[in-house]
Amino acid sequence: MTRQTMVAALVGNPNAGKSALFNALTGARQKIANYPGVTVERKSGRMLLPSGEPVELVDLPGSYSLNPSSPDEEVTRDVILGRMAGQTQPDVLVIVLDASNLEQHLVFAQEIIELGRPVVIALNMVDLAERDGLVIDPTALASALGVPVFPTVAVRRRGLAELTAAVAALRDRPLDAEPVHRPHVTAPERRMLARQIARAAILSETAQHRIHAQLDRVLLHPWLGPPVLLVLLFVVFQAVFSWAEPLKNVLDAGFTALGDGTRSALPASLLRDFLTDGVIAGVGSVVVFLPQILILFFFILTMEATGYMARAAFLMDRAMAGVGLSGRSFIPLLSSFACAVPGIMATRSITDPKDRLTTILIAPLMTCSARLPVYTVIIAAFVPNRQVLPGVGQQGLVLLGLYVLGVLGAMGAALLLRRTVTKGAASGFIMEMPKYQLPTVKDLALGLWQRAYVFLRRAGTMIFGVTVVLWLLLNFPRAENPQDQVNTSVAGHIANGLAVVIEPIGFNRDIALALIPAMAAREVAVSALATTYAVGTSDDAAQGRALGDQLKSHWSLATALAFLAWFVFAPQCMSTIAVTRRETNGWTWPAFMLAYLFGLAYAAAGITYWIAVTCGLG
Amino acid sequence: MTLDELPLGTPARIVSANWDALVPEEAQRLKALGIEEGAEVRLAYRGVFLARDPIAVEIGRMTVALRRVHARAMQVELLTVLAA
Repeated sequence: MTRQTMVAALVGNPNAGKSALFNALTGARQKIANYPGVTVERKSGRMLLPSGEPVELVDLPGSYSLNPSSPDEEVTRDVILGRMAGQTQPDVLVIVLDASNLEQHLVFAQEIIELGRPVVIALNMVDLAERDGLVIDPTALASALGVPVFPTVAVRRRGLAELTAAVAALRDRPLDAEPVHRPHVTAPERRMLARQIARAAILSETAQHRIHAQLDRVLLHPWLGPPVLLVLLFVVFQAVFSWAEPLKNVLDAGFTALGDGTRSALPASLLRDFLTDGVIAGVGSVVVFLPQILILFFFILTMEATGYMARAAFLMDRAMAGVGLSGRSFIPLLSSFACAVPGIMATRSITDPKDRLTTILIAPLMTCSARLPVYTVIIAAFVPNRQVLPGVGQQGLVLLGLYVLGVLGAMGAALLLRRTVTKGAASGFIMEMPKYQLPTVKDLALGLWQRAYVFLRRAGTMIFGVTVVLWLLLNFPRAENPQDQVNTSVAGHIANGLAVVIEPIGFNRDIALALIPAMAAREVAVSALATTYAVGTSDDAAQGRALGDQLKSHWSLATALAFLAWFVFAPQCMSTIAVTRRETNGWTWPAFMLAYLFGLAYAAAGITYWIAVTCGLG
Repeated sequence: MTLDELPLGTPARIVSANWDALVPEEAQRLKALGIEEGAEVRLAYRGVFLARDPIAVEIGRMTVALRRVHARAMQVELLTVLAA
């Protein structure tokens, strides 16, 4: 009989240090996916037993009990009880306990031990407990609970060999024909027992001033906390904008060079155009987001690993509660000012599913960096460079106005969504504040690698598909005269139909034609308009100026303002759509997002246009 | 006195809780964190700037953030600290 690969699962409260232990036990051999039908992340990896035999180790979402109060906890319960479709019931459960918070963590641990499954306990973060002046006796704990206990320090790999050996031993132990019947106790009894067991296991406890209490005194201070957060966020944003830019340019140049190389290496043909203009340019336009994603996630992962993220959520909760969200939505939304893609990916830290969905849906309304090229070209062409006040220019004010409009739109949308499609009572904010810790380089690197991989692979395949479709639309059927290609193409015909629809909001057919390729990414609108008005220069700045002159002669001011209002709302970014599909596990919500944001964009552009015309700017 | 009215830093015990006033998932989450009848707590932080919401409660070796509406459902009694 061939024995199947054994499955073990890590289970425990949130903040028990499960992820660090998981990373230490599996190394880089990890797989991340979603559980079928839900958006809960499934993390599994290969752990080696002392014999060299591989074991599949699953990192279950942190839970407080088998009586679930969130989708995460439901997954944990279903996997443990062997009720999760597509997941074999774990042969061994490794309960992870925070050594310095036994009173709390032993409650859930008892509930799992009562199930009678093979169990081993990792008494984790014993170093942090000792830092807090707490020494625990693992043997006392083991005899009180009736299961083996091993002290571990994941980040220093302490106790890992003993732990895997214990897992192997449990596997070789024949399962009792009759599961051991443990006394079933009620939740309050479990809590009382937890307190007793914890007290009995504590060898010594000195009333040291805990480091985290001292840090919190500043970081959660009602007047000092917010400015500290503000300074930190300023640094993050500065980094995302200024560090990412050169890397983005290098990637951009790389893809341009690759396209040029391919162009000169292959004979002129449709296939060549497809490879250069379709595949390379399309995939390139997405991959250039990677530096921003990595830099932003470096900070987000650091904030999470240190424990500061929970404090930021605490500080921002009051403000977010105003629109029906909680403090946890703050960081994802803020990240979306750089780019909605990492912002939406960052919503994974929001535990409430309704809150998370609302945050995903409004994230594209935060003015991302891809809108800036569009905004700057139009503003430079149509808004006079006048000083309104000393040091305050009219152009800057319009740009600021567009940012404010996006934020107001997001707040309005959140309020409405929370009362309609994402209606649900639980948007409360109940959150354990984890202890402060130093992040480890290895965990950070692993997290960054996983985010990059997920973005490139999952979003990449879909984005590649959309790019190909867009290219086909723009290049078929073929025109006799290359100059007429766009007009002859399917896209040209779509633009004809689209022009009728968007005429009432002041858009002409040239705009319709630019909006189609701009579905790939907003900034494509600029180069598409440049193509339409045949602006023949590759120098960005010169192109912007020349395009501005062309636009001024073809568009009225009302049209230009309507065009700006359109881009505040329009969800013209296939990376965002792709990542929304991935994060919401289906097409329903990306379709909803497209519909409501295009609706808003249409209304905003229309209102802007008609007000402007009424004011005599038509 | 309810938990949200507790002076900062004063140890207290939760004597009763009006669970029906809370959303079931939130009530369950609070209980899972041990914030329930009999728990000894201390209000550690309250609000940002002039707001009195959210609050942070110390329970055992844990700090838990919650909103005032949750705290208002908890009746507390002050504990007299015996000089050790």
